[in-house]
Amino acid sequence: MKNRYSIFSLIRNAFSYHQEWPPAWRSPEPKKSYDAVIVGGGGHGLATAYYLAKNHGMTNIAVLEKGWLGGGNTARNTTIIRSNYLWDESAKLYEHSVKLWEGLSQELNYNVMFSQRGVLNLAHNQHDLRELSRRINANRLNGVDSEFLNPEEVKKFCPAIDLRGGGRYPVLGASLQRRGGTARHDAVAWGYARAADELGVDVIQNCPVLGFESHADGSITINSGKGPIKAGKVGLVVAGHSSVIADMAGFRLPTESRPLQALVSEPMKPCIDTVVMSNAVHAYISQSDKGELVIGAGADAYISYGQKGSGHQTEHTLAAICEMFPQFRRVKMMRQWGGIVDTNPDASPIISKTPVANMFINCGWGTGGFKGTPGSGWTFADLIASGEPDDMNAPFKLDRFKTGYLVDEHGAAAVAH
Amino acid sequence: MSQKFRLESGGLINRDKPVTFSFNGHELKGYDGDTLASALIANGVHLVGRSFKYHRPRGIMSAGPEEANALLQLGEGAYTEPNARATMEELFDGLVATTSNAFPTVKYDIGEVNSLFSKIFVSGFYYKTFMWPSKAWKFYEHFIRKAAGIGKAPEEHDPDFYDKTNAFCDVLVVGGGPAGLSAALSAAATGAHVTLVDDQPRFGGSLMAQSGQEIDGKPALEWVDEAEAKLHDLDNVQVLRRATAFAYYDHNYVGIWERLTDHLPVKPEGLPRHRVHMMRAKQVIIASGAIERPLVFCDNDRPGIMLASACRTYVNRFGAKPGNKGVIFTNNDSAYATVLDLIDAGIEIKAVVDVRKDPLGPLMEKADAAGVKILTNSAVVGTSGRLHLKSVEVAELSDDGETAKSDVTEIACDFLGSSGGWNPTVHLHCQAGGKLDFDEERGAFVPAPSNRTNPNISVGSCKGAFGLADCLAQGFEAGQEAAKAAGIKFRKSGKAPTAEAVDEGNRRLLWLVPGKKPLGQSGKHFIDLQNDSTAADLQLALREGYRSIEHVKRYTTTGMATDQGKTANVNALAIVAQTLNEAIPTVGTTTYRPPYVPVTFGAIAGRDIDDLLDPARTTPMHSWHVNAGAEFEDVGQWKRAWYFPQPGEDMHAAVNREVAAMRNSVGILDATTLGKIDVKGKDAAEFLNRVYTNAWTKLGIGKCRYGLMLGEDGMVMDDGVTSRIAEDHFLMTTTTGNAAPVLGHLEDYLQTEWTDLEVYLTSVTEQWATASIAGPNARALLSELTDDIDLSNEALPFMAWTPGTVAGIPARVFRISFTGDLSYEIAVPADYGLALWQALMTAGSKYDITPYGTETMHVLRAEKGFIIVGQDTDGSITPVDLNMNWIVSKKKGDFIGKRSLDREDMSDPNRKQLVGILTDDPKEVLPEGAQLVEVVKDKPPMDMVGWVSSSYWSPNCDRSIAMALVHGGLKKMGQKLYSPQADGRVIECTITDTVFYDKEGNRQNG
Ligand SMILES: Cc1cc2nc3c(=O)[nH]c(=O)nc-3n(C[C@H](O)[C@H](O)[C@H](O)COP(=O)(O)OP(=O)(O)OC[C@H]3O[C@@H](n4cnc5c(N)ncnc54)[C@H](O)[C@@H]3O)c2cc1C
Repeated sequence: MKNRYSIFSLIRNAFSYHQEWPPAWRSPEPKKSYDAVIVGGGGHGLATAYYLAKNHGMTNIAVLEKGWLGGGNTARNTTIIRSNYLWDESAKLYEHSVKLWEGLSQELNYNVMFSQRGVLNLAHNQHDLRELSRRINANRLNGVDSEFLNPEEVKKFCPAIDLRGGGRYPVLGASLQRRGGTARHDAVAWGYARAADELGVDVIQNCPVLGFESHADGSITINSGKGPIKAGKVGLVVAGHSSVIADMAGFRLPTESRPLQALVSEPMKPCIDTVVMSNAVHAYISQSDKGELVIGAGADAYISYGQKGSGHQTEHTLAAICEMFPQFRRVKMMRQWGGIVDTNPDASPIISKTPVANMFINCGWGTGGFKGTPGSGWTFADLIASGEPDDMNAPFKLDRFKTGYLVDEHGAAAVAH
Repeated sequence: MSQKFRLESGGLINRDKPVTFSFNGHELKGYDGDTLASALIANGVHLVGRSFKYHRPRGIMSAGPEEANALLQLGEGAYTEPNARATMEELFDGLVATTSNAFPTVKYDIGEVNSLFSKIFVSGFYYKTFMWPSKAWKFYEHFIRKAAGIGKAPEEHDPDFYDKTNAFCDVLVVGGGPAGLSAALSAAATGAHVTLVDDQPRFGGSLMAQSGQEIDGKPALEWVDEAEAKLHDLDNVQVLRRATAFAYYDHNYVGIWERLTDHLPVKPEGLPRHRVHMMRAKQVIIASGAIERPLVFCDNDRPGIMLASACRTYVNRFGAKPGNKGVIFTNNDSAYATVLDLIDAGIEIKAVVDVRKDPLGPLMEKADAAGVKILTNSAVVGTSGRLHLKSVEVAELSDDGETAKSDVTEIACDFLGSSGGWNPTVHLHCQAGGKLDFDEERGAFVPAPSNRTNPNISVGSCKGAFGLADCLAQGFEAGQEAAKAAGIKFRKSGKAPTAEAVDEGNRRLLWLVPGKKPLGQSGKHFIDLQNDSTAADLQLALREGYRSIEHVKRYTTTGMATDQGKTANVNALAIVAQTLNEAIPTVGTTTYRPPYVPVTFGAIAGRDIDDLLDPARTTPMHSWHVNAGAEFEDVGQWKRAWYFPQPGEDMHAAVNREVAAMRNSVGILDATTLGKIDVKGKDAAEFLNRVYTNAWTKLGIGKCRYGLMLGEDGMVMDDGVTSRIAEDHFLMTTTTGNAAPVLGHLEDYLQTEWTDLEVYLTSVTEQWATASIAGPNARALLSELTDDIDLSNEALPFMAWTPGTVAGIPARVFRISFTGDLSYEIAVPADYGLALWQALMTAGSKYDITPYGTETMHVLRAEKGFIIVGQDTDGSITPVDLNMNWIVSKKKGDFIGKRSLDREDMSDPNRKQLVGILTDDPKEVLPEGAQLVEVVKDKPPMDMVGWVSSSYWSPNCDRSIAMALVHGGLKKMGQKLYSPQADGRVIECTITDTVFYDKEGNRQNG
């Protein structure tokens, strides 16, 4: 890498008052044509471009982002990373992702702050316990670390939890994935963008895609905010706007878009050193390195593109947090927001060819795709480069909704962060 | 008396009521009416905290919610509260406050070493380092986390309680300054229901900070008092003080956070600490005022440097002096009001440093006439004083304002008030979806005119009308307009309160005040005081390609602190625009999000905590179970008796006893919790035909039938027995946890898909109490309690029901069975549930009737291979997978899920199918959730072929039994499987069919 980041480069640049830092990425104008164009400059799109260049040597490629890089769900999520998914197909994909996370800062030479502080999934009743046991056993036999903690062990691992809570949802046990944790969301988008740019990828912001035109030779013209761009192959990775973009391309998805909320407290000294998730009460909490409690809420029931969500979700989520952590009632909420999540009927993504030749789609990561970013980019790049599915992405093909081969992760988490 | 910086007179404080409080362990005095901040200022406490990143010494910088420095820890023990803004906390006797983020003391803080490295710790430095060695991030992070954060989270259960109410009104007025009061008065005069909220303990808003203002010819505060009295007397007006409108959701749904006891030395019993009003308003008038914007100059963060308007507030409202000799630094005329008031109060103004070349404005003229030293075309280019401001350096500006001349004058002073103009408080307007226009002249974003999607009206200075006369006029007009829009009929009357119109003078927008050296080379131009982000950081971000304002914000953390950039954001984006050579509106703002100020979790949760988080539902027989010593399990919202241990019994022993007792004589189960939906209407049978997989039209009256309900995806969603009450009337039962979702699902279809069907659904779960008696003696027992029901197999065969009287209670008796034994479910009106239960227990004593809970029920049904939806299914299982083909009608036209069942992968013979599992060692009980493999490997990964969904010790079979979902399991009868456990053991087992007991099914006939 031309301009490696390190403590030494920081010190060196301090002498020139940091005037000499080069841009992390260029801001090129789009070329007339590319071998491949990725639509959507979120984490997934940028990772796809990076692995296309890195793993497949495709460097005449571009990423088109309608706004600012990582401005979609990448910038809005609660950054929980884990791979303790129930089904073999998911476990394989997410575990591959976690393995990539484990070396990502070094790979990108950009500190994405992957912090393996462990992820606890709480059980509050007998049913939860059975589900937990099933998942832990499946994880273990899939080679994914996962263990059961009894209530005392939960308390020891996360002393802030009140095992009796407010009394309605006592903690009966938890699964723990020690290799799970959180990462810095913006850094993921920026790190991939910088590394992809370095490999020659054109990362183009403020460039909405408005439509497509297929040609007899198999190429596709993309009608963009910066004019027509020709592409040999097109990869669509636009998360909450997937059904909108599929509509432009003339095919339909079983994907629904709805607002998912998150909020943060004011920054405080460390008080929670892990990630705690409870599906039963729909609340998820961790503490950022700045000290804010980062809290995920449920998704609104209605379909919408308004990135804010309704007030009652906030009310419900904070009630749930106060159940698990009654001491936090005096803590204050600092900011609340929403993102548009793309959910599929089986709560698993689509990584697939489409009815349009040379067009591929990666969507439906819904409420839990941040953790999948590296793995998603990796396998989508494989699919785009070879044009054919492989072991990792084949189960996630679009036509499974026609054939019925679903990868139903609902059981694993109603809201799978 | 130590209040060295208290003025002899003046202010809205009550000098007859002294108050004692403590700050960092020192006992100090203030007055009733003070805020914590004003009391600290009156005591000459200038240093109150340390900044987030560099731990720079900081003092109070404002007098309002925009405070970025004075975030203190309030209270102790369970009552402690982190990050309280000293400027918003009313002083009370016994208040305890301490500095956050400093160790060991605010004067000598170790964290200040960070300042030494500030040349390296520029924006985004952490993205560039801490990557070596590769696993070390957690190590670095540990220290970073410790250094970060501000206050300390409480560690004890919060002893206070919080309240929440849902409210509505015709016109909500946010802000009780002149514009808001005027709006509330005019709206109230129409008879509209008006709610007026203000975050301060008293109304008046900016008027409290001012002097010499007159409204309708009276001193302004007198007018305020009269307005308040008038509103108070009106029945159609609700007035909330200490109440902040913090969130504005769609359709005029506004969250208001009222603080009821925080300011009281003794908290009255029974009063909630905070109350959130979720207000649905027909019309909203926003009169939230404006926040002064500081100038961005070199080393602009020292204790003693504050907003010019804050200096004025402390003097006029609190009778407290920000210092003894000050400098005012401004780019507009409004800061001269501060100058004049401070001089009046006897405070020495060493100089006014005005960046304007030819300042114009009535206030400036007055100051000039009063002999104040005014340095025009000049700027503060540096400051000194580590823990408290000692002096400022002033230089003349170049023509373009981009550099300062080298001739520098030092002026000794102990405070500096700065004013870069005013930012309308547009937060709520924007949260509601309102757009902003940029007022080039004032350099301020102002609300764009309201429209259909954002109908609220902004008035007064939050609309960019900074003159008192305009505020009053706009408020008056908006009040009437809102009342009219809310549908109130009235005749226009009255007239707007008036005040003298004043000329605002001119301005010079100098977003970045030059220092002595190029930016970033010496000293720091802070933009966001709390997060320590500087103008140099903004430029670094831009240089590195982070160009979108959102990228700049995130890379530098500008505007991301607890004040959410109230004083930082507009300065930041203007400097970004200037650096990029773009227009300010092109750069745009970041998104305004709720809450306007931080709001306690407790208040937002309100009463929905503890037992009220989610209702715990209990059956009419619950008290009996409790007395009998039952253990309970939560199923959905219900508390279900899990098992009834006798002294000395664990669950295992109790269940074994209960299971055996039921099969040997008679057992009794509380089945009240099953969901019950009354289905009525001429198309009821057709409706059932469509929602269940089997056929319903021919079911006779008085007969019952079991049904499986699928989702659209063809997967099993629920099951239960439905009975025909009359030609057009059925009673459906659902699983306990699924009753509400099933009702929702059915209503969804009725209301959106099958509008042609005449069917009415009513949830009757709560209306009936059900006792299920089962076992060889069930019939004998029941016959003792009824004389109008013929219980013979012929009269009441299996899967039939009849009305009748049981124990003198009108009842419905269903002959259905979830145990495989002869069984009756007796349903009575809920109020009679306990009486029925007691009658059955009394009459049953001669049969040793045994109450059993859900655990025993699970064993009994598993012995018979009956499924539990949600345990033996998981949303990915079809009826075919359950080997229940028989229940899927091949003849019916359509039913929900039918099309999905025809998908090609549904007939894959290798799908997971429900089978029975017997462990090779009959004593070994497989753990539920265990995974099964065909080939055991030394270590994972191993290919899993299935998982154990139900597993029990069966006393009747005298061995363990289990059910599992196994790939292609139905064709693998007799095949061996292995279950590797976490502890390394491997449990060996064999596939069998799912019926373990009474395979012929004779027992259900008794
Ligand atoms: C509140 C919230 C909390 C979450 N919490 C977690 C969590 O804890 N853990 C987890 O793993 N996941 C979580 N998620 C989910 C996760 O954020 C997403 O699944 C993931 O970030 C999706 O990444 P992406 O790159 O596909 O999408 P995005 O980041 O949304 O990127 C899509 C991009 O496409 C662009 N785009 C759209 N249309 C066009 C067009 N026509 N032309 C050009 N560009 C276009 C958008 O501007 C956007 O930048 C959460 C999501 C939300 C909203």
